[in-house]
Amino acid sequence: MRMNNVLGLIFSNAYDSAVPELTALRTMGSVPFGGRYRLIDFVLSNMVNCGITKVGVATKSNYQSLMDHLGSGKPWDLSRKTGGIFILPPFSSKDAGGVRNRIEMLHGCMNFLSHSKEEYVILTDCNVVCNTDLGALFDAHTASGADITVAYKRGVKPALTDLMSFAFDGSRITEISVGEPTGGEEAYSLNLFFMRKALLERLIQEAVSLHFDDFERDIIHRNLRTLKICGFEETGFVRTISGLQSFYDANMELLHRENRRQLFTPERPIYTKVRDDMPTIYGLGSEVTNSLIADGCTIEGTVENSILFRGVRVGRGAVVRDCILMQGSMIGENARMGCIVMDKNGVLKPGKTLCGDKTFPIYIGKGIMI
Amino acid sequence: MSRNTECIAMLLAGGQGSRLGILTKNIAKPAVPYGGKYRIIDFPLSNCVNSGIYTVGVLTQYQPLELNDYIGNGQPWDLDRENGGVHILSPYQQIKGTAWYKNTANAIYQNINFIDRYNPKYVAILSGDHIYKMDYSKMLAYHKEKNADCTIAMLEVPWEEAPRFGLMIVDDENAITEFEEKPKNPRSNKASMGVYMFTWEKLRRYLLEDEANPASGNDFGHDLIPAMHAAGERMFAYPFDGYWKDVGTIDSLWEANLDLLDPKVDLDLTDTSWKIYSRNPSSPPHYISANAAVQNSLIAGGCEIEGEVDFSVLFSDVVVEKGATVRDSIIMPGTVVRSGAVVQYAIVAENAVIEEGAVVGERPEAMKDLKDWGVAVVGEHITVGRDAVVAPKAMIDADISAAQ
Repeated sequence: MRMNNVLGLIFSNAYDSAVPELTALRTMGSVPFGGRYRLIDFVLSNMVNCGITKVGVATKSNYQSLMDHLGSGKPWDLSRKTGGIFILPPFSSKDAGGVRNRIEMLHGCMNFLSHSKEEYVILTDCNVVCNTDLGALFDAHTASGADITVAYKRGVKPALTDLMSFAFDGSRITEISVGEPTGGEEAYSLNLFFMRKALLERLIQEAVSLHFDDFERDIIHRNLRTLKICGFEETGFVRTISGLQSFYDANMELLHRENRRQLFTPERPIYTKVRDDMPTIYGLGSEVTNSLIADGCTIEGTVENSILFRGVRVGRGAVVRDCILMQGSMIGENARMGCIVMDKNGVLKPGKTLCGDKTFPIYIGKGIMI
Repeated sequence: MSRNTECIAMLLAGGQGSRLGILTKNIAKPAVPYGGKYRIIDFPLSNCVNSGIYTVGVLTQYQPLELNDYIGNGQPWDLDRENGGVHILSPYQQIKGTAWYKNTANAIYQNINFIDRYNPKYVAILSGDHIYKMDYSKMLAYHKEKNADCTIAMLEVPWEEAPRFGLMIVDDENAITEFEEKPKNPRSNKASMGVYMFTWEKLRRYLLEDEANPASGNDFGHDLIPAMHAAGERMFAYPFDGYWKDVGTIDSLWEANLDLLDPKVDLDLTDTSWKIYSRNPSSPPHYISANAAVQNSLIAGGCEIEGEVDFSVLFSDVVVEKGATVRDSIIMPGTVVRSGAVVQYAIVAENAVIEEGAVVGERPEAMKDLKDWGVAVVGEHITVGRDAVVAPKAMIDADISAAQ
């Protein structure tokens, strides 16, 4: 368990603006995903499953739902006397205008970093869904003698601003580009960085004193020659959430057994806040096919190719196709819906019809009644 | 720690539940799984917490390992507390020697020191074997209002079932005038639910007297309560109407699970104002495939359903393969029902495997003689081989090899 010598640091607000619908009232980390999870559950569980016992969660704005979700960190066994979970709200002094970028976020966490006795640190965002063995990344980092190791994935690069893609010499990164996706296969960054804590502290101090403001450009790219920066390829089910469409698609991909096997391996469970719902009730006349359904639902109608979060109710005669219905949604009797992303506690009244398209899912905001 | 707590609960959880056969071979009855994700003990524990009783002693004796492990520090029920919380009370060695809990009253007697530490005014004595939702704080208010020494929760049962219960005869004020223990010709249909509220000062005295009486069987129902009654203490019945079930037998366990699918049954577990808490497995949501047909069932997290499920309760991580049928059955966590297998009118315990083409249980309609019919039971970690047949009423505690 040498991973207990690693400190976790999660940026809960990174790329919030990529999914403005879902992050209007919450952080990227607390965006619901996969029927019962929030995005932060995946990174937190990955850290905990490999033995990390101290995790800082840096927040910037809208973090009420995140704090509610994390609580004392109990579901992840992070409610501890030594270590555990630390929520790091923005530390704005009277002359600061809030936190604008990752370097400022890190600068705000300097106290937390310097008071931690762990030797290594993992930095990560929340918008990447995967179940990965971080111990293997640590091994690769040691084996390659790298100063910094960055996780990457091969495939079509997600449309996120300033997302890095790499070229390699062996495992060492030799070139970085942050341009538009080419549409072809690229090795793109998962924004998960592993390095010695002392190195991170030095890099941040330098960057702050030189008024640098871009982590990727001014810290990673600028040091490409002076530091040995290596890549670590993730090969399993990895999805980067870069917009509502990719959020919709990534959820729907969980309807494939192979993807579920990779994301929900029994050896490395994904933990989340417990709600103590009863198991889902299927009524007489319910017709459910190809769907992922969480606890606490009551289904009396038809559900096809959909993801239902906890406590969703689908009335008699209602038809739900290709939808993502978040916690507590209510679909009235004989209502029909297709390709809808319905946020928490949405209501579709009896007999109503609402349809989007698979290439243009419609988003219904939190608590909206139609 | 000698804080004054108004009311504490003592939960009798040492029962073997011998009529549940192989289901309680390795676990005590209160640890028997129920309702897709619960264990029976979740009900009294959740009732305590929801009623504002935060000090609970759980008395264990028979096969306590799984139960101790399950209760742990009580966190799932919010009973991991600085003041009070849940305490597992096992029999222990004393200077006079070592004594098992002889019976219910003796179990409480041996833990008088534990109760005294909290110096409560009232003590609720509960059973860990029953499924019901009840507000003990209302019962306590009733107990105080009647200025009672002992209050017994009472349920009106159908007259034809009354001979199975301990019955009470009460006057207009619900004061108990007489007890009848499982009479052939009942004069009352008011049954005791095995839920007692005592004024501790009184109970303590009668526990000491009961222990000193060598003729006593040290049982609440048989000895202590009749003794209190004979001495003329103030004893009242607290009327309860709602779902209450003692899952003492295989049939009643099967029935109690399927009661959850009956909208007419008054046991609503979706009610958020009276949640039943339990230890939750960290399984993903369950998946219903394109070929599956699920009707009138209860399905927990982590299941993968590709076959047909009708009128059944499936616990977490159960797999029902394509072409398999599960009907009128209870399937406990981690069990796999392979393609073409049929499970009907059965209880299948944890992590069992029903191989391809096997048939477990039989429908009552298909029986020549209904007397031979009963719920079939397959024990934990058992493999029922390919095309093998498990007869109704059978209880399988060893692997069955494939049919030739």
